Amino acid sequence: MRRFALIAVPYLWLLALFLVPFLIVFKISLSDTALAIPPYTPTIKDGISALIAELDFENFTFLASDDLYWKAYLSSLRIALISTILTLIVGYPIAYGMARAPEEWRATLMMLVILPFWTSFLIRVYAWMGILSNEGLLNQLLMWTGVVAEPLQILNTNTAVYIGIVYTYLPFMILPIYAALDRLDESLNEAAEDLGCSRMQAFWLVTIPLSRNGIVAGSFLVFIPALGEFVIPSLLGGSGTLMIGKVLWEEFFNNRDWPVASAVAVILLLILIIPIILFQRNQQKQAEAEQ
Amino acid sequence: MSQTVFAPWNDPDEKPLIRFQNVTKKFGEFVAIDDLSLDIYAQEFFALLGPSGCGKTTMMRMLAGFESPTSGRIELAGQDIAPVPPNKRAVNMMFQSYALFPHLSVWDNIAFGLRRDKMSKDAIEARVAEMLKLTRLEKFARRKPHQISGGQRQRVALARSLAKAPKLLLLDEPLGALDKKLRQDTQFELMDIQESTGTTFVIVTHDQEEAMTVASRVAVMDEGRVIQVATPAEIYEAPNSVYVADFIGDVNIIEARTKAVGEDKYHLDWAEGQAPLTAASAKSFSADQKAHLAIRPEKIRISTERPEDAPNALQGKVLDIAYLGNLSTYHVELPGGQVIKAQTANTRRIARRDITWEDPVWISWSATAGVLLAE
Amino acid sequence: MKRMTWFNVTSLTLGFAFLYLPMIILVIYSFNASKLVTVWAGFSTRWYGELLQNEAFLNAAWVTIKVAVISSSIATVLGTMAAYVLVRGGRFMGRTLFSGMIYAPLVMPEVITGLSLLLLFIGIGLDRGVLTIVLAHTTFSMCYVSVVVSSRLVSFDRSLEEAALDLGSSPWEAFRLVTLPIIAPAVISGWLLAFTLSLDDLVIASFTAGPSATTLPIKIFSAVRLGVSPEINALSTIMIAIVTVGVITASLVSKRSSLRAQEEARAAERPSA
Repeated sequence: MRRFALIAVPYLWLLALFLVPFLIVFKISLSDTALAIPPYTPTIKDGISALIAELDFENFTFLASDDLYWKAYLSSLRIALISTILTLIVGYPIAYGMARAPEEWRATLMMLVILPFWTSFLIRVYAWMGILSNEGLLNQLLMWTGVVAEPLQILNTNTAVYIGIVYTYLPFMILPIYAALDRLDESLNEAAEDLGCSRMQAFWLVTIPLSRNGIVAGSFLVFIPALGEFVIPSLLGGSGTLMIGKVLWEEFFNNRDWPVASAVAVILLLILIIPIILFQRNQQKQAEAEQ
Repeated sequence: MSQTVFAPWNDPDEKPLIRFQNVTKKFGEFVAIDDLSLDIYAQEFFALLGPSGCGKTTMMRMLAGFESPTSGRIELAGQDIAPVPPNKRAVNMMFQSYALFPHLSVWDNIAFGLRRDKMSKDAIEARVAEMLKLTRLEKFARRKPHQISGGQRQRVALARSLAKAPKLLLLDEPLGALDKKLRQDTQFELMDIQESTGTTFVIVTHDQEEAMTVASRVAVMDEGRVIQVATPAEIYEAPNSVYVADFIGDVNIIEARTKAVGEDKYHLDWAEGQAPLTAASAKSFSADQKAHLAIRPEKIRISTERPEDAPNALQGKVLDIAYLGNLSTYHVELPGGQVIKAQTANTRRIARRDITWEDPVWISWSATAGVLLAE
Repeated sequence: MKRMTWFNVTSLTLGFAFLYLPMIILVIYSFNASKLVTVWAGFSTRWYGELLQNEAFLNAAWVTIKVAVISSSIATVLGTMAAYVLVRGGRFMGRTLFSGMIYAPLVMPEVITGLSLLLLFIGIGLDRGVLTIVLAHTTFSMCYVSVVVSSRLVSFDRSLEEAALDLGSSPWEAFRLVTLPIIAPAVISGWLLAFTLSLDDLVIASFTAGPSATTLPIKIFSAVRLGVSPEINALSTIMIAIVTVGVITASLVSKRSSLRAQEEARAAERPSA
């Protein structure tokens, strides 16, 4: 009896507050927009048969025909991909440096990487607004050193979005790579050198392949949330920054078009399934390799 | 047979392959290697033996190029190797952990060093095949390191480090990870491979039995210094110090004061009220000098009656018997409380053994059985 | 023997400068006397004073803390239960669906979680306010808690529980007296994680909050959309300070307790004199 309750309580909670809402989104994505409260039709009140009969894929055909949407999906994918690569380029040397640091520093370095996790995401994004704006510190510095004569427009561009994503998701990249590098036996590099590799060759032939799992895990941990990101493009990006999270938000709050917003959400999820499955597979492989 | 003929260290015309000249290595304040000089000759199977922290691994890492001496000079075939980075040295190393690349197959592991030399594909294939055959790994070429046994991994590591035909092969505790039975078999395999390839091997080990089995010469090390370099037989039979005698095998040490009685012959006063012991020694000792008599247990006879002819005979009581199957070691307590170990081969079945606990017994040895050591 | 090259030192220095400089600059400018956030006009605590006068912020902060405490506490209970079911529950109907529902919210974009919950609340006619935010936050943070706790449970020696059962405890007593004390650190860090996630959340709260209840992140977001403001700098500084003190204290406490454990282990190994 106790076992039943133990399983039932969290189970029912998740069914009611995770699965059912998601099914509702799916259902509404197949409904039509209406000037009513709630602003869509049909609703449950119309009866089950009418409900099923009236559902259609109209919203999805609308999404396919209006190039705003598929451009937003493509642009989200591109921004997420570029930011992931940038985060890898920035994060790998840091993780590598941490793995090479003296034993007694490592705990502190770890804590320094994790600390930003606990501080507000919103504040971390906000911090860049003051730095990147036209009168911001970065432009002041660039002009003072004479690199540029006119302030650079960085805030409200895609560049600012890249910086924001790299900055906020950097710990997600560093930690799995550090974990992989930390496990790496130093004698493997020495063996490679002993067999005739230069240090650089040993790095490419041994260190990189053996930290592959960490690289893959870190990349997905950045790519997946970056794809649906809302706060960063809306604070740092400009009107030209198209990201699907922002589109969904605007569709819902500004246009109050719930069926279209729901359709946008459903497609975003479909896109996310591929990287999520790949990520899962990588994690499983890693777990198996450890056994 | 080669053991008796092969002794380049006795030939003054022979040039050593490796020469350590007054090498010192410090890590911060810690002196790992202390003004050490040592010659190793081509085709030797040389063992660096000592407890952990004695500096043997540091010596090996200096040869491989992962550490450089703080002062002094290391020569390989007459050339100072200090400016040569590890990847340019004709020296290969077999790591204690084997350091096999987990992402590469056995075949690719062995080919790894050959590929760095820009060898042709055919030449690499031929060389890897040869190495696989030498180490009897043909069947496992396509497996990854985690798919083979510990003994096989050890052979892959050996094949990989031998593939480039180095002038010198370094082996860092190569058999440490294997169980005892496998270790003994592998020791002979190592010797065969060393002999058939003609490569100079330097092995680091803390296992004296291993060093004695495989090596042509052994350097016993302690605290960054070499205490004695000699063949295994010399090290065992004629240790130059109490440290070496004690480190290699089992030994009884009796502290005494010397009194010369004739040429190379000494009387030893070792305990009050006891007759002096007699020992022969080529090294001379002054009168009343403090000395240690080191005698191996197997050189001590044990009997129930006092032997007539023995120059040294002491009476005692059996305290303990360690039965090892082929041998038995008797711990005999002398009247003064000192315990002497005596070993006999069990040529008779256990039921007929005539000495048991608490029995009064005589232990005896000849004048040349022990070694007289100053320190 | 690891090699620390100039390259490693440089990449660590630059990397940590990148991670910390923006926040340090933010903190410095919170003490700027000028209203213009990019011009330094001398040291002042003026904005902290104004912040304390700003009732809208104070109310929002109060709502946020209330939501975070309640939702993280419920999430910890539910998440620990879920972890226990996942690791120890054995087979039951719909186990795959259950573990799917635990892991899916971790990768679900916040906009989708927020949207779906809002549509549910509207569907069942629940007025949006503190309750709806608590429900939403509990749902996604319980998944984080259960991941943290289950990773501890997996490495937990099951024979300890079996020993307790063998010595006559009921399953519930075994859990309460043996399992819970041992997994307690994971449960606590799960609670802290849930609490922080709730404090931090903007997107889901924006969907599920109503006019009657606004959280601090929503307030901050609508303020910073208009640009940088010194009051927000001051608020951010306070939040950063709280987190920093919290994290450092927690790590010192855990370091000290692990040191103590080591010392005790060493003392236990010494032969008693």
